[in-house]
Amino acid sequence: MGDKPKVAFFDFACCEGCQLQIANLEEDVIGLANLVDVVEFREVLTGEAPEYDIAFIEGSITREADEKRLIDIRERSKLLVAYGQCATSGGINKLKNNWSSLDEVKKEVYGEKYNMPHLNTYPTKGIDEIVKVDLHIPGCPINKDEFLRIVKELIIGKIPSIPNYPVCVECKLNENECLYDLDEICLGPLARAGCGAICPENGVPCDACRGTVNNPNKNAMHEILEKYNYTVDEIRRKINLFGVTPEVKK
Amino acid sequence: MSKDIKIDVHHITRVEGHGNIVVDVENGNIGKIEWQVPEAPRFFEAMVVGREYHEVATITSRICGICSIGHTFASLKATEAAMGIEISENTKLLRELLLHGETLQSHILHVCYLVVPDLLKVNSVLPLIETHKDVVLLVTKLHRLANELCEVIGGRTTHPIRARVGRFSMVPTKKELEELKRRLTESVDDLKKLAEVVKSLAGGLPDFTRETEYLALTYENEYAFYEGDCITTDINEPLSINKYKDIVNEFIVPQSTAKYGKFNRDSFMVGALARYNNNYKQLTPLSASVGEMLGLKGKNYNPFMNNIAQVVECVFAVERSIDIINKLMSVDLKVEKTDIITKAGTGVGSVEVPRGILFHEYEYDENGICKKANCVIPTNLNHNNIQLDFEKYVKENLHLNEKELGFNLEMMVRAYDPCISCSTHFLNIKFK
Repeated sequence: MGDKPKVAFFDFACCEGCQLQIANLEEDVIGLANLVDVVEFREVLTGEAPEYDIAFIEGSITREADEKRLIDIRERSKLLVAYGQCATSGGINKLKNNWSSLDEVKKEVYGEKYNMPHLNTYPTKGIDEIVKVDLHIPGCPINKDEFLRIVKELIIGKIPSIPNYPVCVECKLNENECLYDLDEICLGPLARAGCGAICPENGVPCDACRGTVNNPNKNAMHEILEKYNYTVDEIRRKINLFGVTPEVKK
Repeated sequence: MSKDIKIDVHHITRVEGHGNIVVDVENGNIGKIEWQVPEAPRFFEAMVVGREYHEVATITSRICGICSIGHTFASLKATEAAMGIEISENTKLLRELLLHGETLQSHILHVCYLVVPDLLKVNSVLPLIETHKDVVLLVTKLHRLANELCEVIGGRTTHPIRARVGRFSMVPTKKELEELKRRLTESVDDLKKLAEVVKSLAGGLPDFTRETEYLALTYENEYAFYEGDCITTDINEPLSINKYKDIVNEFIVPQSTAKYGKFNRDSFMVGALARYNNNYKQLTPLSASVGEMLGLKGKNYNPFMNNIAQVVECVFAVERSIDIINKLMSVDLKVEKTDIITKAGTGVGSVEVPRGILFHEYEYDENGICKKANCVIPTNLNHNNIQLDFEKYVKENLHLNEKELGFNLEMMVRAYDPCISCSTHFLNIKFK
């Protein structure tokens, strides 16, 4: 066994946009490749390995067969990291769970032949609804610089931290005009930072694609809603987009 | 020849998404040749139902990480068509520029990171960091440029933020455009160098021909990416994108969670080679000459040459991007305010994404709530063609040993640059 940690990447139901962020590290990938031994990464290389020091999991789980595959990977991994919002919370794939029945979902998409066995699906689950997850890297897509920092910290044995303050903090540091003042409903007050408030920075309200902070300040959120004449239902509807459980019940 | 061949490639590597190859030959008799798509279906057309019009592109962008920009535009165009929303010339130019950024990013990633390892007989791009460092650095430089173009124009490389219904929420500064133009102009030489590298390796692409129908967008005097009508190599007059269902004729097969399609023949092909075969006369002189240098002159029926058509389109994308930036620098670029009045209706949007022609169709109610959706994904449109190529290729190459044959079939799938995550959802919806 070499000294470099054996690292593997796996993907389940997702758009594979998070692994693309790793490719987008460009020259830094070359540096990373010197620090770790990438033993499995289906989209990038041909090869398999029996066990891993770190398994990175992208995507959500929607089928029995994938659940079994995930459990098998967990058993062969020392550390398991769920990266991207699909892996973290089920992400956008959870929108299908809002339907009253999955048969209806299948009919909507596949028409009359919806019952063919290979089209089977069950309610979308995040990775930690099935196996123990040692670390979540949230976001749709992940922030590549955050990913790089976390991998480096893992390699030197440091426990990585993910911000637990709201997007508003980063947005204010960027000196943006508040989108509520521009007649937009924004999830910044609840959403987990770490993205650099990238959406408000580009003139678009936050959708909380990194989930919410651990204990969102519900009172402050209610004050904002009252001040700008929005309802809790509007927030709840919006926060549902990335599979996040609403935490603003009154 | 009597021999046995058993190929069972479970989850082929270096493609986007999950696909299997099964070949079963006994005593020289072909039992089974199958291209299977077992990707987990994600049901996007159901996900968008009940969502507001301005959220729909945010959702459907997530169909695919690699072509999220193309999905965003097909989606925005369908929504705008449904509600009769017009966009300004500047917004159109910005969209076109962003789409070229995605084409460049995706083609470089595919040809250099996923295909070149086959031609050098290594398992990935990683060993090439040691053996071909100059080339790898050249490739990462081009890939970075493509990504940074997408970031400057779209706000983010993947899942663009600024592209909204009817407008851009933020526009690049003159300084940013100048810098982009400088780097794009510089990159033309890098692309020429890359073409030389590809030329030295292109001999490794298998020689195989199967003429099929080639389907793409076509547009007046320009090699079509952002807009146009549908054309195929089997028809003379372009058809409106609104007739897409009569063209793609999707159907369900048991070995795939993705649908298949066909039009005038048993199958058709979409993607760079299909665009090239229909529109090659509209290439710029430089992109056409790079094609000639790499063996692409006039119509070509070898699916492996899709890789070469992608290199040609990289050159085209860079040249066209520079033209667009010149135009954008001569106008006063501002964030536009749009007053959108929602209304009931259905609309179709289509763009050429790296892997071929893409269609989105939505139905909205009067409040702008999505009632129905249909997304027809280029990779789906190619599955049937891959299957028929497999059948012809295996029959003609039974003299190869199992390993070689399997390797070449994997290479063939990769040549199509399939994006399987994208392709596993579509539906049979009747629009009123």
